[in-house]
Amino acid sequence: MKIALRILGTSIFLVGGFGQLAGLRARTHAAPLPQQMAHEMTSEVKIDNFSFSPATLQIKAGTKVTWTNADDIPHTVVSDDKIFKSKALDTDEKFSFTFDKPGTYPYFCSLHPKMTAKVVVQ
Amino acid sequence: MKKIEDEIKFDHNGDGIDRRGFLKCMAWAGTGTLCVMKGGVMKSFSLSRLGELDPAAAAGELSFVQISDSHMGFNKPANPDVIGTLKAAIEKINALPGNPEFLLHTGDITHLSKPEEFDNVQQILRGAKVKESFYVPGEHDVAIDEGKEFLERYGKGTKGAGWHSFDKNGVHFVGLVNVVNLKAGGLGTLGHEQLEWLEDDLKAKKSSTPIVVFAHIPLWSVYPEWGWGTEDAAQALSYLKKFGSVTVLNGHIHQTMQKVEGNITFHTAASTAFPQPAPGKADSPGPMKVPAEQLRSVLGVTSVNFVRGQKALAVVDSNLA
Repeated sequence: MKIALRILGTSIFLVGGFGQLAGLRARTHAAPLPQQMAHEMTSEVKIDNFSFSPATLQIKAGTKVTWTNADDIPHTVVSDDKIFKSKALDTDEKFSFTFDKPGTYPYFCSLHPKMTAKVVVQ
Repeated sequence: MKKIEDEIKFDHNGDGIDRRGFLKCMAWAGTGTLCVMKGGVMKSFSLSRLGELDPAAAAGELSFVQISDSHMGFNKPANPDVIGTLKAAIEKINALPGNPEFLLHTGDITHLSKPEEFDNVQQILRGAKVKESFYVPGEHDVAIDEGKEFLERYGKGTKGAGWHSFDKNGVHFVGLVNVVNLKAGGLGTLGHEQLEWLEDDLKAKKSSTPIVVFAHIPLWSVYPEWGWGTEDAAQALSYLKKFGSVTVLNGHIHQTMQKVEGNITFHTAASTAFPQPAPGKADSPGPMKVPAEQLRSVLGVTSVNFVRGQKALAVVDSNLA
């Protein structure tokens, strides 16, 4: 276990340049940086006021997208093509999915199907 | 801003509610509806106006109550005590002159389809002085398991996702489910299988039979922008054209509204849990928050103080506090 942690520590050290960027990000609360290492790529979608924002999310393949429900009403995140499907997310609950393949992924809330959005993976 | 029609011409049920009243004073609150069938025509009375209820007017061949959207498990600021407000609604029902025959719950019984939420509602409704209760699911009742828990509790004798019909005192009741298999960008959906069943179910009925249809999402287009309508309702309504008296009871929008279209009268019921804004009057249809100290005094109150023509309707204070 210790060895594993050390290896992990080393790998973080090796990508020190990105570590600095990450530090900058933490200080400024900026949006996720576009040029990140594969294992660091994350993106956020907020569910608020019965809508997904951004309605169109552009990401690179390998990005992990996390949806957070900020509404007082539960919502779901369901792919039109049944590629991903969350459970009903209560207030502040999250759902994540990693997009490995390029393409356009339309999705909606199966409880309030007027809520639609898409993820575009390059 | 979208222009929306802000009045209806009818208050034919005498319950003092119309669109204008709503939009003016946000009289969204209420606890339930007493429905009385007389001469084959249904009249409805808001339980919030119980004090004004004329026992003679409320007498008929059949009376029943409708409650809706109890959202058991909801605990946000719009109402941190949905147990308390549901209990208050049951007290209103039990205070009615003459016991209503049965109770209809038009869905969103629970907030998240959890077994303990269903348990709580069942326990509270056991206190209602009615012989029977009938249910259709709302989208919140099928949120985590495609309706499995709902069907285990209320699915006996129903078809598909829980649709069913029954007869009471010569009136034919049809419970429809329009909250499953919803499509991206769409509204409520009945689906092909249920529509076929409905056509078949109604075929055998004489056109003189009064029909009451109940379902969660409105079967008329209240406000499609917010999903307040049912995609394939027109098909269902076409099967109802031959009948002389049709009443459609819905929930989902957490406010009362009425509309008359030909032989069909549409009603939506208030929620026992929390209010939602009038169509288009907010950014989204999320719960409306009122100050905590006001919640109990506003839930259950139908403060309709509109003036239509020369007839002013009195304000009735009948709160849950």
